[in-house]
This record gives sequence, C-alpha cells and structure tokens, in this order.
Amino acid sequence: MTYIAKPKIAHPSLPKNELGLTTRDYEGVVSTLCAGCGHDSVTAALIQAVFELDIEPHMLAKMSGIGCSSKTPAYFVSQAHGFNSVHGRMPSVTTGAYAANRDLTYVGVSGDGDSLSIGVGQFVHAIRRNLNMCYLIENNGVYGLTKGQFSASADIGSKPKKGLPNQQEPIDPASAALALGATYIARSFSGDKEQLVPLIKGAIMHSGFSLVDVISPCVTFNDHEGSTKSYAHTREFYKHVANIDYIHPSEEIKASYAEGDAMPIHLHGGDTIVLRKVDRAYDPTSRAEAFKLLRERYNAGEITTGLLYVNDERAEMHELMHNIDTPLSQLPYEGLHPGGDELQKLQSRYR
Amino acid sequence: MKPTDTSNPEYFHKVVDCQWGCPAHTDVPEYIRMIAQGRFSDAYMENRKSNVFPGILGRVCDRPCEPACRRGRVEDKPVAICRLKRVAADHRDDISARLPKAAEKTNGKKVALLGAGCASLTVANDLAPLGYEVTIFEALDTTGGLMRTNIPAFRLPPKVLDEEIGYILDMGVDLRFGHRIDSMKDLLEEGFDAVFVGTGAPKGKNLELPGRYDSDRIHIGIDWLESVAFEHTKEIGKRVLIIGVGNTAMDCCRTSLRLGAEDVKVMARKPRGFFKASDWELEDAEEENVEILVNHSPKEFVYEDGKLAGMKFDLMEYKIDEDGRIDRGTSTGEVTIPCDDVVLAIGQDNAFPWIERDIGIEFDKWDCPVVDETTMMCSRDGIFFGGDSAFGPKNIIWAVEHGHQAAISMHKYCQNEDLHDRLPMGLNLSSQKMGMHEWSYSNDYDGAVRRLMPHVDLKERFNKLDIEVELGFTAEQVVEEVERCLNCDIQTVFTEKLCIECDACIDICPVSCLTITPNGEEDEIRSRLKAPALNPEQALYVSDALPHTARVMVKDEDLCVHCGLCAERCPTGAWDMQKSTILIPYAADEAEPEQQQAAAGGSAK
Repeated sequence: MTYIAKPKIAHPSLPKNELGLTTRDYEGVVSTLCAGCGHDSVTAALIQAVFELDIEPHMLAKMSGIGCSSKTPAYFVSQAHGFNSVHGRMPSVTTGAYAANRDLTYVGVSGDGDSLSIGVGQFVHAIRRNLNMCYLIENNGVYGLTKGQFSASADIGSKPKKGLPNQQEPIDPASAALALGATYIARSFSGDKEQLVPLIKGAIMHSGFSLVDVISPCVTFNDHEGSTKSYAHTREFYKHVANIDYIHPSEEIKASYAEGDAMPIHLHGGDTIVLRKVDRAYDPTSRAEAFKLLRERYNAGEITTGLLYVNDERAEMHELMHNIDTPLSQLPYEGLHPGGDELQKLQSRYR
Repeated sequence: MKPTDTSNPEYFHKVVDCQWGCPAHTDVPEYIRMIAQGRFSDAYMENRKSNVFPGILGRVCDRPCEPACRRGRVEDKPVAICRLKRVAADHRDDISARLPKAAEKTNGKKVALLGAGCASLTVANDLAPLGYEVTIFEALDTTGGLMRTNIPAFRLPPKVLDEEIGYILDMGVDLRFGHRIDSMKDLLEEGFDAVFVGTGAPKGKNLELPGRYDSDRIHIGIDWLESVAFEHTKEIGKRVLIIGVGNTAMDCCRTSLRLGAEDVKVMARKPRGFFKASDWELEDAEEENVEILVNHSPKEFVYEDGKLAGMKFDLMEYKIDEDGRIDRGTSTGEVTIPCDDVVLAIGQDNAFPWIERDIGIEFDKWDCPVVDETTMMCSRDGIFFGGDSAFGPKNIIWAVEHGHQAAISMHKYCQNEDLHDRLPMGLNLSSQKMGMHEWSYSNDYDGAVRRLMPHVDLKERFNKLDIEVELGFTAEQVVEEVERCLNCDIQTVFTEKLCIECDACIDICPVSCLTITPNGEEDEIRSRLKAPALNPEQALYVSDALPHTARVMVKDEDLCVHCGLCAERCPTGAWDMQKSTILIPYAADEAEPEQQQAAAGGSAK
C-alpha cells in the first residue's frame, strides 16, 4: 500500500471521451492494497471501460461487500454512487438499488471469499433473478485480509505459502454461473487488459446478469511457486478461447474479420459486441458446449479465458416482473403512494 | 529496439534536461534541493564548481536551462532556475574557506590570459590551484569584460562582479590593467607556455545608411553602454530610437530611460516571434513602457537644419511558411519617426587586428580563428580561444564552459599530454529509497505556478542608474519555487529480471508514460504507447525482454514527473528511484592529488 497520492496532473495528449473526460477523471482515491495487487489492475481496466463507454459518473453505482476486492470501488470513479455492504450481501443490496432505480449502471466488485463462501447464496439468487448488473469477481484463491488462508476457489494441489496443499474441490464461479443460468459469463486475467477491458464493457452493456471472473493474483499471499493463481502460473496456463470487441453505437463494424472467426452479437440497448473466436470450433452461445469446454480444459490444467457464454434472449429482472420503465425513484409521490382509499380497495379484494 | 544502454552516462544526463541544456552542466536539481534545505552556501558551491559565477549568472545568465526544463513541458512555465541560483548567492555565508586555493608552489609553467572577462577568469580559476603562474592582460582598467561594460548596473550590480571576480584574483593572479595586446607575435616572444585568448567580440555592428556619419547622436550600442558604465556618457535626448531587438537592445533602451529619455522606441525589422532578445528581457523592457515597433526596416537618417531629426523606415510585410520560416519581406511604404538619438544594437563581431596572419593561426572566411571545439586550441599549438572570441558571440555560460575546457587543454599541453585524451564524463547512481513509502527527496508533485520576481517600483527605479531592479525572491517565494523542481536527476531505473508484469506501475503513473508492449521499431512503438510519444527529442527507455512474456517495458521520458510512484507501487523493486550524479571532469581532475585538493578548497599547507 501507499499513502502517496497520485498527482493531479495528466499527460496533455491523453484521449478524451464523448463527455470530454479523460481516464484521469474516472479515477478514485489512491489504492491502499498491496503494491502489485492484481485488483489494482482490474481497477485500471474498469476505469478504462467506463471511460470508453462514455458513462456519466453520476449514472454509475459501485457495489461491494467485504474483502480486499470489495475495497476496489473506492479506487475508481469518485463521483459515482457507491455502497459498501455487509460481507457477501452485495447482490441483495444491488437488487434493492436496481429495483428502485433501473436507470443507473450497476457494477459490483466482489471476491472469491465474498461470492463463493459467505455470499454464495446471494450470488446464486442474483443470477436466478437475472439482475441487470456487471458482477466482477477478483479471484485470487486466498483470503488476503486474514493473511492467506485458502478460499473456496483454490485448486486442488495448490500450495499455500506455509502448510499443506489444498485438498478440497474448488468452486469455479464460471461453471457455477453457467449451471445457474447466467446470461453473460466471461473470464480474464488482471494482467491482460487488452482482453479484460472489452469483456467488462460487454458485461456492462449486456442486459441481465453478467459475470466477469478475473484471475487477480494476490502478490503477498499467493504469488509463489506451486500456487495456481500466481502471475507466473496464470501466464503459463491461460488460454484465450473467444475474445470480444465492443462496438460503440457510433462505429461501424469493421469488415476485417475472417468468416467464421467473428460473430456479431447485438445487445438489447442497440450496442454490438463482436465475438472473436480463437478456437473456431467453439460456440459460446451453447450452454452445453460451454460447460463441456470448461470442464475439459480445467481437467487439462488450462485456464480458459474470454467470453465463455452469452445469451441475450432472456429477460432481465425488471422485464421478468413487468415493471414500468420509469425508475421508482423518479415516480411522483402520488404514483408511489396511492392513498388509504386505494389500500382499502386492495385489501377488500382478499377478504 | 535494443535495450537502452544506461551505463552510458549520457543517457541519464539527458534526462536531466536543465543540466543537459546548460553548457557548463550545472547540477541544477541538486542545488535546488540544497536551497530547499536552507543550505545556501552548499548550493552556492555546487554552482560555483561548474559555472564559477553564481551571483552574476543568477542575475544575467541567458538560462538555456529554462527553455529545456521539463516543467515547461508538463505545464506552462519552467522552474525559475536562474533566479533560484541568485537565492543561493544572496543568502550564502562566508564561503572563502571553501574556495580553491593557489598552489603552494608553482609548477614552473606560465600562462597568459588575454582579457579579464568570464572566459579568462574561468581559466585562471581552474589553473591557479594547479601551480600555474597566471597573468591576465586587460586593455581597460576594470575586470569583468562585457559583464561590466555592457550589462547595466541596474541588472548586475558592480559589487556582485567584484566579489566573485575577487575570489579568483585572490589566488595570486598577476592582473595587468590598461595593458592592451597589440601584437600576438610580440606576446609570444615573452615566453609563455600557453596563451588563452578571451577577448570577446568587441566590435558592435554598424549600419551603413545615408546620413550615418553626419551626426554625433548616432551610437553603437555596446560602445555606448560601455561609455555609460564608465560614466563618460551621462545623458541622452528625450526621444531615442533603438535599432535592433536583441538583448543588447533591451539594455540600451532601459539605460536610455535612466539617462533622461522619455520616449524610447525599439525598432524591430521583423514581427514578434523573430526577436533575438530573450522573452524575459523583452518583458522587463515593456514593463518600463518601452515601445517595440515591429516590421520597420531602417532606411536612412533624416536631418533638419543639419541636425538629426529622425529616421526613415520601410514598412515591411512578411510571409511565414508552414515550417515557421520567414521570407525576406517586401516594403509596403515608408514612415519617418522623429528622434534625438539613435542607438544601433544589431549585433557584434569578432575583431582580431592584433593577431598577425603569418604566425600559424588560421582564420576562416568570416575572419574568425579556426578553433577545435573540444580542445579550444587554434591551428597554432599552445594558443587557445574561448568565450565570444572563439566562435562568435554566445553568452556568459558558454564562455565559462569554454574556459573549463581550455584549462584542461592548457594543462595537458603544458604537461606534454595528448589534448584529445581527456577524462570521460562519469555517472553515479544511488537508490533514494529510505524505507516504507519514504524517499530521500520531495517526490510529491506540487502544482504551484512559477513565482514572479518582485521588482523595484516603476518610478523609484529611475532615480539612479544603478538601482538593481530585481529584488530577489522572498523567503515565501523560494519555498514555493523550489518545490516546483521535478527532481529529474532522481532517475527511474528498471531491472527487467525482477518484473512480474503486474501492471502496477503502468496503472499508477500519473502521466501515462509507461507501457508493457511487444518490441518493435522505435517509430512504431512510439505510436502505440499508452500515451503516444510525440516528442522525438526525448528518449524512450526500453528494457530487455521481460521474463514472463518476453514483451518489453517502455518508458517515454518526455513528461515523467519523477514522482516515484512506479517504484513505490512495484512489488518486486524492479523500478527504483536512483539519484544520478554526472561526474564532470575539470582541469584539477587531470592533475596531481595535492593540486586537486587545492582546487577543492583544501588547505594549501
């Protein structure tokens, strides 16, 4: 960690987005995570993604629970809304926030402990509801804040800094989300922003629950030899299966994609992502194929990354509930509070 | 690209833009840090080591360091380096014990230095501690050369000159006033082991126009300034035209105001942006209500009743091409501007009527001696040139550097050593990490803007000719200004084998100057960095292949603010902040240990 603030000065030729802002305008306070923490790179990728999507800072809501990962929202877009909830309870708080104001863009940042141990029930039900949010897991296989015990995502045989290798079966958030019916499932690596930034952009623009599982090494407790979530191990074994390019509505799809390698996917809001398949045989719109691939590659010791599964057909939470388009937070008082007479009428229907 | 060779001292030297830009390579960040710590005497001595005249240069240096200053690229204005130098000089304690001492005994070699200006005095400063018997021949009855005769006292008080020149003369230099050398041949017969010519460029350029010689109210700028300095000239007419817009012109117009002129116009042939004068000298003149008229090309002197009444000018129009070059211009009409006096300040030339052309000193087509740029020796062995007399008019700080180099050559010449076998520049690097989040320098970027030099009241300053206009920075201003220095000598040093490519440095860099990327050709790499590297003058620092992915770490040096956050954030210490000290050889470094000690101010037993 450091307490030395990043100076308020920027490179004069830094690009500006459609709002006239630079990436510096999307920063937060200085990170107090360990120097070299993967989470800080994820923060940088998030900043880049929301910058490139021209998201107005006040239209963004940053949600988190507890853990190293859950400190992340403090480190990007200071002017956005934020909620740092109880451990593992970020999904239900986000559900409430989204219920009240469907106009905001919701980015939840969680960790393997927050999502796969104490909050696993919340994680599961957020997927079931198809909550319209970008759910980011900064996955490092250990509990960093409590000094390096294995988390539920630790692989069998992975060695801790001290003590015996892990023996318990890991929970793979991508496979779990696939089984539960999540509609956008991606995996990436904090050290590969070229892949990660478009995946986050796609996740933000996708209508419904988007999971981005990011291998984000813990430089202090899980970056040694024998760890399966270290920088070195991840670099050696990770494989791209399908990357995406996010196409800004103002851009045309470039014609340079080779037939069969690229697949445009039109999102609900009019956005388009272009899927670039590294493995031509792979079809990320097939849930069964995605599941097969994940298991096969995992058994082979590989870390499959990219957009693993996408389904833009399923309705998200508000659509499922047939709610009105106007956010509740913007409805007039009369609309939200029909009065005593209406209540009486309603109650009489159940007598 | 090949990995950057940081073992070559030149690489990190160039990162310190001010020091690289300074002809004498003054270690600017080091002395600014000393000032910040209140170590004014140390800062003064750090300056003196390279530039010999900190008090003088702190007022009138041409400051090539400031346009070079990185701060000027990061925001608008560079650090006020020059005036901070004056702070060191103004607030120093008695430093006499730390000055070079004359050698205890002579080494039997005699050197003659011609002219008592900055170049010769630097040679004396470097050679006297080594045991040389130094004789300075000066045509006038004062020291300092053009520093005294051409720079007005309201910019450079004589007291400052006397003090700093005194430090050198006190080493027992034989100074012969009123001793003009009329013949190089005769001088050479006096048996000196080496001769140094530091006689400047003493001939003001003339303007051969109709009517030039029909009045005694038309003056040559540098001659007129000299005459004012010696109090031969004490007044001037009410309306004065200054022809030319260089730094001498600025001194002429401001001097005129102090001699009673009320309406002073500086006549420029070209538009703004093509003036020779430094921006700050123009500012100072305009603050005193000097009017600068552009696009006026002098045509003839105008007389009424046999008296100078004005001057006729062509009104010019110019075309400026895409590269910013200006054409010769065309006249669009004429105008006559009335005046009582005209001062010609259009440049100066070298003049060597006293050097015989048959004694083996080769002259070029401009009638200047052919001088070796490294050794400062001319085509006749044992005769050296420096300052304006070497390569035409430059400035004080160049003259000082010439003096240092000539002193090395003269020493080697007198010791029968090869003049070209000179000590190379050296480099020391030392880590500045003190502990957790602790660096030995003030690494916090301070957004303060450049402090403005306080000036004497606009009325009061004209009461006397020698009221120094600049008051010097106040204590509060010094505190602010020193923090503006970016400490460019605290280098970012990268060790690739330690890098785990976690991107921490890239994410934290406030000016986006770091990128990890596949290697390629320089032009192409420059275009695909996190922020494109658009300034080709500034180097890319490229690492060897990184251990995990074989990509390279690239740093664009251009706008790095040396905040050290890359090193602060690096989990493995692959980035470190290391102070680079450029080791610059002087004549003493070529000499015996006891002479080196004397030059460093050690006791001459």
